[in-house]
Amino acid sequence: MPLFWLFLIVLAIAAGAYLLARSRVLSMAGDDRRALHSLPSYYGSNAAMKSAVPALLLLVAWLLAQPFIVDNAVSSLIPDAAIADNSSRALVMAEVRRTADGLDMAVASGGLTEALARSEGLDLDVATSSLQEAGAIVTSQLTEPVLAAAQQFRALNTIGARWMSVAVIIVALIGATWGIREASPAFRARNTVERGVRALLIAAASIAILTTLGIVLSLVFNTIEFFRLYPASEFFFGLSWAPSFSGRGGASDLGILPLLWGTFYISIVALLVAVPVGLFAAIYLSEYASPKVRAIAKPLLEVLAGIPTIVYGLFALLTVGPLLVRVFGDDGLGWMQAGTAVMTAGLVMGIMLIPFVSSLSDDIINAVPQAMRDGSYGLGATQSETIRQVVLPAALPGIVGAILLAASRAIGETMIVVLGAGAAARLSLNPFEAMTTVTAKIVSQLTGDADFASPEALVAFALGMTLFVITLGLNIFALYIVRKYREQYE
Amino acid sequence: MYDAPSTTKEAVVTDVKIQANDVQVYYADNHAIKDVSVAIQDKTVTAFIGPSGCGKSTFLRCLNRMNDTIDICRVHGKIEIDGEDIYDKRVDPVQLRAKVGMVFQKPNPFPKSIYDNIAYGPRIHGMARNKAELDEIVERALRRGAIWDEVKDRLNAPGTGLSGGQQQRLCIARAVATEPEVLLMDEPCSALDPIATAQVEELIDELRQNYAVVIVTHSMQQAARVSQRTAFFHLGHLVEYDDTSKIFTNPEDSRTESYITGRIG
Amino acid sequence: MTDVSMESAAPRGTLTTVDARTKKRNAAEKRFRAYGLTAIVIGLFFLVVLAVSIIRSGLPAFTQTVVEVEFTLTQEQFDEAESQLLKTKAYENIFIAALQSQLEQRGLNVAFDAAAIERLLGKTGGTIREYFRANPDRIGTPVSFELAASSRVDGYFKGRVTRDSVVDSRFLMVTDLDLVDALYDAGIIKSAFNWNFITGADTGVDNPGGAGIGVAVIGSFFMMLVVLVLSLPIGVAASIYLEEFAPKNWFTDLIEVNISNLAAVPSIVFGILGLAVFIQFMHLPQSAPLVGGLVLTLMTLPTIIISTRASLKAVPPSIREAALGVGASKMQTVFHHVLPLAAPGILTGTIIGLAQALGETAPLLLIGMVGYIARAYPEGVVSGFIDPNSAMPAQIYTWAARADAGFYEKAWGGIIILLLFLLTMNLIAIILRRRFERRW
Repeated sequence: MPLFWLFLIVLAIAAGAYLLARSRVLSMAGDDRRALHSLPSYYGSNAAMKSAVPALLLLVAWLLAQPFIVDNAVSSLIPDAAIADNSSRALVMAEVRRTADGLDMAVASGGLTEALARSEGLDLDVATSSLQEAGAIVTSQLTEPVLAAAQQFRALNTIGARWMSVAVIIVALIGATWGIREASPAFRARNTVERGVRALLIAAASIAILTTLGIVLSLVFNTIEFFRLYPASEFFFGLSWAPSFSGRGGASDLGILPLLWGTFYISIVALLVAVPVGLFAAIYLSEYASPKVRAIAKPLLEVLAGIPTIVYGLFALLTVGPLLVRVFGDDGLGWMQAGTAVMTAGLVMGIMLIPFVSSLSDDIINAVPQAMRDGSYGLGATQSETIRQVVLPAALPGIVGAILLAASRAIGETMIVVLGAGAAARLSLNPFEAMTTVTAKIVSQLTGDADFASPEALVAFALGMTLFVITLGLNIFALYIVRKYREQYE
Repeated sequence: MYDAPSTTKEAVVTDVKIQANDVQVYYADNHAIKDVSVAIQDKTVTAFIGPSGCGKSTFLRCLNRMNDTIDICRVHGKIEIDGEDIYDKRVDPVQLRAKVGMVFQKPNPFPKSIYDNIAYGPRIHGMARNKAELDEIVERALRRGAIWDEVKDRLNAPGTGLSGGQQQRLCIARAVATEPEVLLMDEPCSALDPIATAQVEELIDELRQNYAVVIVTHSMQQAARVSQRTAFFHLGHLVEYDDTSKIFTNPEDSRTESYITGRIG
Repeated sequence: MTDVSMESAAPRGTLTTVDARTKKRNAAEKRFRAYGLTAIVIGLFFLVVLAVSIIRSGLPAFTQTVVEVEFTLTQEQFDEAESQLLKTKAYENIFIAALQSQLEQRGLNVAFDAAAIERLLGKTGGTIREYFRANPDRIGTPVSFELAASSRVDGYFKGRVTRDSVVDSRFLMVTDLDLVDALYDAGIIKSAFNWNFITGADTGVDNPGGAGIGVAVIGSFFMMLVVLVLSLPIGVAASIYLEEFAPKNWFTDLIEVNISNLAAVPSIVFGILGLAVFIQFMHLPQSAPLVGGLVLTLMTLPTIIISTRASLKAVPPSIREAALGVGASKMQTVFHHVLPLAAPGILTGTIIGLAQALGETAPLLLIGMVGYIARAYPEGVVSGFIDPNSAMPAQIYTWAARADAGFYEKAWGGIIILLLFLLTMNLIAIILRRRFERRW
């Protein structure tokens, strides 16, 4: 684990810098800390910061950049002739990378010596067999260009790693020297350290932006790649979803409409369950329940929100589905063929959303000023008249916001639909039929063994993009409504 | 008002409308009102004054059982309106509150139109047979609330868009719309500027023609200006209750005198 | 208002009689109240149904039907068996003979053959041979063998398989059940606690009986370690910046908007992010708990930031003013006074965020942490982070997707274990809150 050691070395340099700077400034002040601008530890921290932070930043940057540079360098080594007709440069590069990993494994397990693994004289057959012995996943027979490229790949990576270590340690030492030399009683060490800490805080806060950026970029690039292979108009307006399984033979129909329909249908069923129950529960808890009942019922309901969705998924698949089949299936009303259906997933998702709707609505109902209720009671209104005609209309925008947030949850929910809704994409009105959703298909397209460069896998990114845009729109709109609502009563 | 023969009502202006005997109020363990007995007269403005926390608002809220909405509050003793005990088990507070209207400290119009604000009470109590009658009730209430001229052109505008003084008069009109017999006002001017206060005070004086008005106020000047009778509360006790002129010129109790002259409060 | 009945106001009578309209209104009041109560009851009913089905379906996963046979292998028998061509077959015959004699001792006479034993217990000979070759000193002394019954026999005892539902196959014949019953009467077959379920690894699709969740628990553990180590410092740093230092400008607004939106982004989208950025772009190893932890960190950060900011906000400004008043810098004020006072709240929020991350499934599937990966324990700490593994919820998903009653049972059992972890974490959070909550 050389990386780990490098990290430790940098930390050790930083620790040394801390001690040196601290003792230097103390001796300069004649051991009288009152002569110092800052506490001695700040001089030490300044030196430690200056040695560790730039070095670690360099380390991270190097680690991110090296694969690209190496990939490009190696990729240009592979002659066009070595790329088969039905393959691509990216696929060959993947092969190269696997071979390089295999060589590492073979060396580690003693099947090859390091010198032999590097030498140009390495025989193809020997290489292949020793790689297979070491358990590496390679094609049956290595080819000359691939092996050569793999050796070059390993060589460049080794050189890169060596130079990286050198560069990082030098930077750490320069930083340490700088920090130690700065340590003099007049130096404003505390202010410098605090500026550094502040920069770290800002960096931490910026991770939220980076995450969003990461999401958007990974969706956008892959979606563009997908639309290069598959026409966008057919994706958005296609009425059929029928990916071919192998990813090679046969054309796939990748229309999103059946998936969107399934998503919305299930979400609507879920909201039909969650909104009335959640809303009435919130009304009861905030307006009627005695403190005792509230203290028991509210946390119990919220337990439903803390249960992982995989549990709900299993509940849908194994409890609710069979139960519904018994009632609506062939033995009962005859509407239902199998346990997985829109109804199953919708019902269970509704249960999951009850506490979500109720706790949001509870907050919102509580935000309606008591004066409003008093005014109504003072006129002789009953409690239910007050709730229905004064409190709820006043809380309406907030409640709409809460429902929209719940809808966005329902649309983005994955495990319940993967297990409870079925796998068949269809445009149907029968809620007892199996349908599938955007999220379920993202899972199935990306967990299969389809090649990542095929439209069948890339479509998942386009689906993810659609999902992201829809839920983001709903969230922004809902948060806007709720914020407006809160401002009204502040 | 309807059940009493109207002739006697006109004749005896100082009918006792509300009779309270030995009222005790507890908030959990806190004894907030102690042994209060008072007779409030019809067609009169009665002012409750006293330092903050003396129990005057609490007592006011007993008169239409608004305290029922607070879980920890218990009321003992007897309060009779027109000879009927309002804490009797058979009394529905909903009916009681239609008879004893209330106006609150801060104007609290509903987030609805001006029209719907006024029509709310008549609607829930089923006072109008049709739309025309409801219109009539609304207009009458707004006129009594002395705000008709200001809002007649924008009855569908939201009530929350009015100025503070207008909002409070709207709330008074809203309370009047259910044809109450008693109007309780809990510091109705405390959130208003002087001009709006003057308007509301003028309105209170007019309302005296038809209702028994009970007003809680922080301002002694206001009590002196608007009321005929004044009750002085101190630490949960009713210290003194008499004609307003007597309380302000010649109080019997030394505590009342201290309060009037500004030594306690 | 649509329910205005435009009837005339009844002349106001005495207060002590309730008029017809008020009666009607009170009835409406009661109904409305009943709707509310019904809603609560429905919610709680679902909770109870959920709890009951988890416990009822999951508890059997913790027991395993075993056959306990005690017999003594003599040195001659050992030598003879080792000299045979089919060595395991010889051991099997010894085992069958021992079983037969034990049944006879108890006066039960059932005919059975080696094939039936194989259907019931799998290849017994191999297990026995292995044992005696590893422990040659036990030859000649009585040894008690506890052999796990096959999944179908297990199902017979747990009610999954009944005599009516059994179709003769190479896995189980109806006549085998007579033998099973006889073994049961003899006390040879019995139910034992299934330690293998808690400590074991996932198995192939044909062996639900041997599947265990232990390796996936370790995978979840390493993932949570990553989440804790990354999300706590980053979350706290971000919260301190936003709550204490951030100026009111577009950059701060941008961060705020991003945090509140990320909190509501579907978890599967984080999975896509992990796949594209960590695996495709950075070439981090697939199926590694390290990558799972990174993805879950990004997902948990908004939760932790939101709760940390609430705890920082709850520290009254007077504390800050007091510290600033004695000449502490803003940074010293925050780190010496505000942060320690907010620590219990931050910790509580972090634990709840971790619990949320622990139960998350969808993103893990996308980065390859599916159940069948969890075949062996990692060899060390580093390997725990980077070697392919699964996590509890993903393991449960894999079992649920195998469409086999034996695996369903394991999935429910896995849920019990997962929920036990979540319960513990939430209890710790509640205790922390109770213990250290400060009201200003």
